[in-house]
Amino acid sequence: MGKYILKRLLWMIPIIVGIVVLIFTILHLVPGDPAKMILGVTATPEQITALRHKLGIDLPFFVQLGRYMSGLFFHLDMGNSYVTNSNITKDILSRLPRTFALGMISMVVAFVLGILLGILAGTHQNKWQDRVCMIIALTGVSMPAFWLALMLVLLFSVKLQWLPASGMGGIQYYILPAIATSFGGIAGIARQTRSSVLEVIRADYVTTARSKGLNEREVVMKHILPNALIPIITVAGAAFAGVFGGSIIIETVFGINGIGLYKMSGITSRDYPVVQGCVVILGIIFSLCMLLVDIAYAYVDPRIKAQYEGESAKKKKEAVKA
Amino acid sequence: MAEQTKLKKNSQFREIMHRLSKNKAAMVGLILILVEILLAILAKWIVPYDWNAIDIPNAHLFPSLKHLMGTDDLGRDIFSRIIYGSRYSLSIGIFATVITTLVGTFIGAIVGYYGGTLDNIVMRILDIIQAMPPILLNICIATALGSGFQNTLIALAIGGIPGAVRLVRGSVMGIRRMEYLESADSINCGKMRTIFVHVLPNAISPSIVSATMNVANLILTAASLSFIGLGVQAPTPEWGAMLSASRNFIRNYPYMVLFPGLAIAITVLALNMLGDGLRDALDPKLKD
Repeated sequence: MGKYILKRLLWMIPIIVGIVVLIFTILHLVPGDPAKMILGVTATPEQITALRHKLGIDLPFFVQLGRYMSGLFFHLDMGNSYVTNSNITKDILSRLPRTFALGMISMVVAFVLGILLGILAGTHQNKWQDRVCMIIALTGVSMPAFWLALMLVLLFSVKLQWLPASGMGGIQYYILPAIATSFGGIAGIARQTRSSVLEVIRADYVTTARSKGLNEREVVMKHILPNALIPIITVAGAAFAGVFGGSIIIETVFGINGIGLYKMSGITSRDYPVVQGCVVILGIIFSLCMLLVDIAYAYVDPRIKAQYEGESAKKKKEAVKA
Repeated sequence: MAEQTKLKKNSQFREIMHRLSKNKAAMVGLILILVEILLAILAKWIVPYDWNAIDIPNAHLFPSLKHLMGTDDLGRDIFSRIIYGSRYSLSIGIFATVITTLVGTFIGAIVGYYGGTLDNIVMRILDIIQAMPPILLNICIATALGSGFQNTLIALAIGGIPGAVRLVRGSVMGIRRMEYLESADSINCGKMRTIFVHVLPNAISPSIVSATMNVANLILTAASLSFIGLGVQAPTPEWGAMLSASRNFIRNYPYMVLFPGLAIAITVLALNMLGDGLRDALDPKLKD
């Protein structure tokens, strides 16, 4: 088990390096000269050359990539913004808690509600509970998150005036964004939970559990859910992608000054180091979440456990023999 | 011989269609999509107004019989714009998926069939690409390519390739040891011919389902990209761009935000229902 986690942790290194190389390469292909853009149309060629030199963008691609990587990994420095000239790492760190909090709240909501709806639907197959849950889930996966966000604002802020439309502050500012962010995840997880519950619900061990007199709740919690959980965790991983990838849209709609909004400002003002920094950070956060998902697999899936325990047991035997 | 294979293919296709036709939700989805495609093609003859005709005196009219979905801030008829918009939204989804599926199937089939080092290298690269949320990758590519219809289409198509490769590779690996491939080998059938004539047709069904779902996802992603200003730009009546342009009017003219979003939601819903139905119809476990 420990070995599996260690192996998975080591695999994070090439993944993160790979993400940084990939993003840097793609954004390096952006047409246009940043120096010209910063200085405006009135700049002389000498000024442009000087700034290009100062920014380091006159160097060959691989030198720039090396500089960026060493800055990022050894000094946690992602360079400065073209527009405000402030340090990007600092800007991102000050915004990270908001994005992270919203993401985590949404994930917890999505996971809990998604599984509950899915179990309800799966254990009442073809009854009205199933129909209602699946209609909610199907609309959930079909709506654009930002449209849902706008509609929520329309209903709860403009018409009913219960919750603030945008801005930052107390918990009430997070309710609508959390609903908008988690809805897609709820829907995806509910659909997957339903189908995996349906797959195990007719298994012999479930019938056995019922026949030995367990009540329905225990059957679901102890026998159905653990066996249905593996594909659900996979979908939950995808939901993480939706949450952190979609942060740019939800934060823009609700005016939450997190990484998403920062990235949005980078895109609008063609401030590519900012875009790059935000994508790198979100990519790293996401791959850390996927690491957690893989570790969760190891706890849930006895096959992974057995594979590694089997190996170490074999080695112990060999050691004893020797 | 040739006639026989054709007959067999036909019957399999017919069987799948028969199972699909029994699924009400899938049929509703299919009909909705066909109607939308028809509307998109015939848009020119259906729309009551020119989609780009600016008519300031008639700006911000609420929905009425004259303007079914009202008019926007420049007095353009929203109904006409949504009908025309289906051309952009649907074709981005469909064409990007076609590119993704073709390229992904090609790479996936070769990698899955040969296996070994090539497979290892390609899969590790895909691991890295897929370690990022797909929308982030789309945002990066769209930033690098610039906005516009064609560039958005390309950005979305590239972003989907890793998933398509993985899917096809998986199903190709599942049938690699089949006896009919051994027989193909034994009659000296070329590798490429084996892959494309004997392997792929037997490994393609998961791709069909995933392509349907992919069109739905891409329509959503394209709308998101337009919304953050990286996708199709105004005045093109792409649905996401329309939403993006109208969100400042949500307080006073909510219908401007309502209809483009509904158009997206209905299209994606229909595609998802069709995709669910196709998955069940192609699933050999559910054969009756």
